[in-house]
Amino acid sequence: MDTKAVKSACETCAHFNAEGMKKLGINTENFDFVVALAGNPNTGKSTVFNALTGLRQHTGNWPGKTVTRAEGGFQYNEQKYKLVDLPGTYSLLSTSTDEEVARDFLLFGRPDVTVIVADANRLERNLNLVLQILEITDKAVLCLNLMDEAKRNNIVIDQRTLARDLGIPVVATSARYNEGVPELIQTISEVANGTIICKPHRIKNVPPNIEKAVKKLSAEIEKEFPGISNSRWIAFRLLEGDSQIIEALKTGELV
Amino acid sequence: MTKKNIEHIIELSNELRWQIGDDFHDNLTEGIYADAANIVKDSVHTEKGKKRFRLDSKIDKIVTSKTFGFPIMFLILGVVLWLTIIGANYPSSMLANLLLDTIHPALKSGASSIGMPWWLDGFLIDGVYLAVAWVIAVMLPPMAIFFPLFTLLEDFGYLPRVAFNLDNLFKKSGAHGKQALTMSMGFGCNAAGVVATRIIDSPRERLIAIITNNFSLCNGRWPTQILIATIFIGAVVPSSFSSVAALLSVIGIAVLGMAFMFLTSWALSKTVLKGEVSTFNLELPPYRPPRFWKTLYTSLIDRTLIVLWRAIVFAAPAGAVIWLISNIFIGDVSIAVWLIDSFDGFGWLLGLNGVILLAYIVAIPANEIVIPTILMLTVMATGISGGEGAGVMFELDSMDATADILKAGGWTLLTAINLMLFSLLHNPCSTTIYTIYKETKSTKWTVVASVLPVILGFIVTFLVAQIWRLF
Repeated sequence: MDTKAVKSACETCAHFNAEGMKKLGINTENFDFVVALAGNPNTGKSTVFNALTGLRQHTGNWPGKTVTRAEGGFQYNEQKYKLVDLPGTYSLLSTSTDEEVARDFLLFGRPDVTVIVADANRLERNLNLVLQILEITDKAVLCLNLMDEAKRNNIVIDQRTLARDLGIPVVATSARYNEGVPELIQTISEVANGTIICKPHRIKNVPPNIEKAVKKLSAEIEKEFPGISNSRWIAFRLLEGDSQIIEALKTGELV
Repeated sequence: MTKKNIEHIIELSNELRWQIGDDFHDNLTEGIYADAANIVKDSVHTEKGKKRFRLDSKIDKIVTSKTFGFPIMFLILGVVLWLTIIGANYPSSMLANLLLDTIHPALKSGASSIGMPWWLDGFLIDGVYLAVAWVIAVMLPPMAIFFPLFTLLEDFGYLPRVAFNLDNLFKKSGAHGKQALTMSMGFGCNAAGVVATRIIDSPRERLIAIITNNFSLCNGRWPTQILIATIFIGAVVPSSFSSVAALLSVIGIAVLGMAFMFLTSWALSKTVLKGEVSTFNLELPPYRPPRFWKTLYTSLIDRTLIVLWRAIVFAAPAGAVIWLISNIFIGDVSIAVWLIDSFDGFGWLLGLNGVILLAYIVAIPANEIVIPTILMLTVMATGISGGEGAGVMFELDSMDATADILKAGGWTLLTAINLMLFSLLHNPCSTTIYTIYKETKSTKWTVVASVLPVILGFIVTFLVAQIWRLF
C-alpha cells in the first residue's frame, strides 16, 4: 500500500481538518460546549484528554490515576469546547467518591457531549458503564480506545453494528499514537451541533414488573418535567431510594 | 412546578418500590450485563486459530510470585537509586562550578562595583542567591534522573504489581492495599502522595495512608541520604566497596521507612483508627511499552521542573533567614549561635547536635536545603573559615571538603547515622503539612501527621545514641 497517497487522502478528508483544530490547554474561557470524558479506569481517558487539549496531564498505567476532575479546552471550527476529564469508574450505581464525582457531573454539569472512553479489549465489561451513562444522557460518543492492543490480541469489532446497537457514534482510536483523534473531534462537534442525532440504547433486559413500574414512574416524571431526557434513569434511582436524587428533584436541580 | 407534585412522584416511587421487591438492584444490574452480552455477541469477534501469546501473564507470574516478587522489587529500587547516585554526580558538580564558583563571585564583584551596601549584598547574594543555586545544583540532576525512571516504571504498569505484592502486608497492618500506590508516589514527593490517597475510599484507611506517607523518603531527602551515606558510611569500608556500601545503606533507610510505615499503620489501626480492612478490586493493567521520549519529556516538565520550582520558592526565603540569623547579634553572639548553643544539649542526647536541629527548623519549608544549612551553620559555629562571611551558604567542591568541615564540627559515624535516621523520621515539609490539612480538613489529624514522625525520630535517634555509647 502506498502510504503517502493514503496520507494525502486523509488530509483532504473532512474528518482530518487540521487547520480547524486548535488545542487550548487550560484556557477554557467563553466555551460554546462542555464535553465530559467518562469511562472505566485505565482505558486511557487521560491520554485522550491530553490528545484533545494539548495538555500534559500526567498519565500513568494504573487504575484510579485521575482522582479529581481535570479541565482543558480545544477549539474546532471556530467553536470552543471545554473538556472535563472525570475519574474512571466501573459503574454509576454505587456510592464511592469517584462514582459520585462522575455521576454528579453527568447529571448536574449537563455536558453537551459525553465521550465514553472504552477499552476495546474488554468491551463487554466496559459496556456496563456505557449503558448506564446512556440512561442519563442522550448525547454521547463511544471512543473505542486501545485499538492497537486489540489488534494485537486479534479482536475485531464491527463498529457499525456496535454504533447501531448503542444508538451513538463509535470512533476507534489509539490515543497514545493520536490515531483516530481527528475523527473523534469531528464526531464530537457533529454531536454537539446536532448534526448527528443519538438514539441511545436503553436497558432492555429488565423483568416485566420492574419495566412496568419504571414506565409508570417515568411517565409521571415526564408529566411534571416536560422534555426531560433521562426520566427513565431518574425512575431507576427513585426505585432504588437514592436520597441524593430525591433531594435534587425537590430542589429542582435536575431540570 | 409545585412541591406537592414532586411529593406525589416520590410517594409513587415508594409505593412501587414495595411492589417490585428487594431484588431491584440485582435485577437491574443483571439486565445491564445481559444487554452488554447481547451487544458484544453481535459486534465483537476474536479471530480464531491465532492463539494469543500471553506475555503479560508470563511477566506477572514472575514479578508477583512469592519467591521473586520481593527480590525483584528491591532490585528495581536498587537499580533506580544506583543510576540516580552515579548519574547525578557529574552534572551536579558542573552545575555547582557554574552557579557557585563562576556566577556567585561575578555577582559579588558586580555588587561591589555598583556600591551595593554590604547588608543588601549579603542578604541577596549570599543568602537568597546561594540558597537557590545550591538547591538547583544538588536537586536538579538526581530529580532529572529519578523522576523519569520512576515514570517509565509507572507507564510500563509495574506499580499495580507492587501493590499486589504488598497487599498482604498492608492487610496485616490494617491498612488499604492501595496504600502501596500512594506510598510509591511518596517516594517522589510526599505532598503528591497525600493527594493520591484520594483513591482510597474508606476515610479510616485514607487517614492511615495520609499520616504514614511521610515515611516514604521523598526526593528532597534522597540527596541528603546519599551525600551523608557516601561521606561517612562509604568511608568505613574499603574504597572499592564504598559506593555499594553507600547504596545499600540508603536502601536500608528506605526499607526502614517502609517498616515504620507498616508499624505505624498497624498501631493506628489497632488504636485510634480501629476498623475493618475494606476489600477492593485492583486491576492489573496490561503492560504497555512506555513511549520513552514522551515520558522523558513529560516527567521532566511536569514533575522535575514543578518540584524544582517549589524548592526554589521555598529555598530563597530560607536562605534569607539563614543569613539574617547569622548576622543579627544579641549581645556578642548571633541569633544562630545562640540557638545552636541552646539546642546542643538536647541534640547530644539524640546523637545529633544543635546545628542539625536548627537546620531542620530552618528547613521546614523544604527538606532539600537541610545539608547546605548544616554546612553553613557548622562553619559558623566551629569558626572554620570557608573563605566566606558569616551566614554564607556555600557548596563545597568535593565531598572531601564537606567531610572535613563536618568532622571539624565534631561529627562521628553516630552523627551521620542518626542524621540519616532523623532525615527519615521528622515532620513533613510545610507543603506536605498544608496538603494534609487541605485533604483532611482537620487540624487534629494535621497535627498528628506532623508531630508523630518527629516523636518517632526523637525516640529512635535517642535509643540509637544511648546504645551506641554503651559500646
